[in-house]
Amino acid sequence: MDKNHLQHQLDMKRSLLDQGYLDEQFIQLEELEDDDNPNFVEEMVTTFYANSARLLQNIEQALGSRPIDFTKLDNYMHQFKGSSSSIGATRVQKECTLFMEYCEAANAEGCIRTFRQVKQEHASLKTKLEDYFKLARQGGPSAGGQAGR
Amino acid sequence: MGMSTESQFHVLAVDDSIIDRKLIERLLKTSSYQVTTVDSGTKALEFLGLHEDDQSNPETPSVSPNNHQEVEVNLIITDYCMPGMTGYDLLRKIKESSSLRDIPVVIMSSENVPSRISRCLEEGAEEFFLKPVRLSDVNRLRPHMMKTKLKDPKQENEENKEESGKPESRSQEEKEEQQQHHHQQQLHHLPQQQHSNSNKRKALEEGLSPDRTRPRYSGLTTVV
Repeated sequence: MDKNHLQHQLDMKRSLLDQGYLDEQFIQLEELEDDDNPNFVEEMVTTFYANSARLLQNIEQALGSRPIDFTKLDNYMHQFKGSSSSIGATRVQKECTLFMEYCEAANAEGCIRTFRQVKQEHASLKTKLEDYFKLARQGGPSAGGQAGR
Repeated sequence: MGMSTESQFHVLAVDDSIIDRKLIERLLKTSSYQVTTVDSGTKALEFLGLHEDDQSNPETPSVSPNNHQEVEVNLIITDYCMPGMTGYDLLRKIKESSSLRDIPVVIMSSENVPSRISRCLEEGAEEFFLKPVRLSDVNRLRPHMMKTKLKDPKQENEENKEESGKPESRSQEEKEEQQQHHHQQQLHHLPQQQHSNSNKRKALEEGLSPDRTRPRYSGLTTVV
C-alpha cells in the first residue's frame, strides 16, 4: 500500500481527533474491524446517519409545535446523543448536552439556537467522515481498519 | 479462526437503539460469543420463553412446560433506558422467574447515576456498564457465564423444583445474600484491569463521574 496514502489517512484521523470531532470511541470501533468485518466503522457511521436523520426530523417537528413538549425533546435528544457517543462524535455530543440543559430549563430559544449547532456539527462531521472513508477505500481492501494500528 | 470443540456461549442483547445493537453485537462476536439481539424487553422475554400473561395469572406456572426455552442463553445484556419495559423491569422479571433467574444479567446505561447502579446490582445484575460499551467491558462477561456452565442448567432446574437441598441448589435468599456479599467484595477488591472499569465501581461508591480521558457528560441528570 502506498505509504503516502496511508500517512494521509492517518493524518486526517489524527486531525479529526485533535480537533475534537472524534474521540477514543472511534478508535475502539476501528479495533473491532477484522478480515471478516473490514468495514465495521463505516457501517456504523452509515447506520448512525440514516438513523439520526429520522431523530433530527422528529426534533425539528417537536420544536415547531406549540406548546413545546420539552420532555419529548429531551427524550429524542437523549437517543440522538447516545448514538453519537457510540460512534465517538464528540462535538455533536457536546451540543446535545447543551440542548438537553436547555430542555430541562424549558428554554425554547436556547433549544432552537442549540439545535442549529447540533445540525451543523452533525453535517460537518458527515462530510469529514465521508472524505476519510473515501480515502480509506482508495488505499486498498484492508486500508480502513489496519491504518489505525 | 478455528472452531472450538466446546459449544459457544450465547448472549442475548437487548437495546432499542440500532446503533448500540450493532455495536454490542460486534463486541460480543469479536469475543467469540453467539449473539441474538432484540430491540425490547418484551421481545427478550418472548425469546426466553417467558410470556407476560403467564406471570399475571396465578393459576398458570411462570413458564409453561411446552414453552421451554428452545435456545440456551448464557447471559443477558440489556440497556437500561428503553421505552415500555426498562432494563430494570426486565431484570426484575428475569429474577422473578424460576426458570430464568440463574441467567446472569448485565445492565448498560449512558448515564452514570449511582442510585440506579446500586438498584440494579441489588436486584441481581452482575455488572453495570457505562456506555459506550467497550471490549474491556465485554471481557468481564466470561466469568459470569462460566459460573452457570459449571452446573448443568437442566439439572439445576430440576433441583430447584424438587428442593432437594443439595449443596448446589441454594435458595433464592441465600443466592441474593451471596450476590450482595460478592458485589460488596467487588467494590473493595477491584480487578486490576483498565482504569475505566474500576471507576465504574468507584462511581457507585463515591458518587463521582468516572475520570475518563475523554470529555464526559457530568452525569447530574434527573432521571425519570
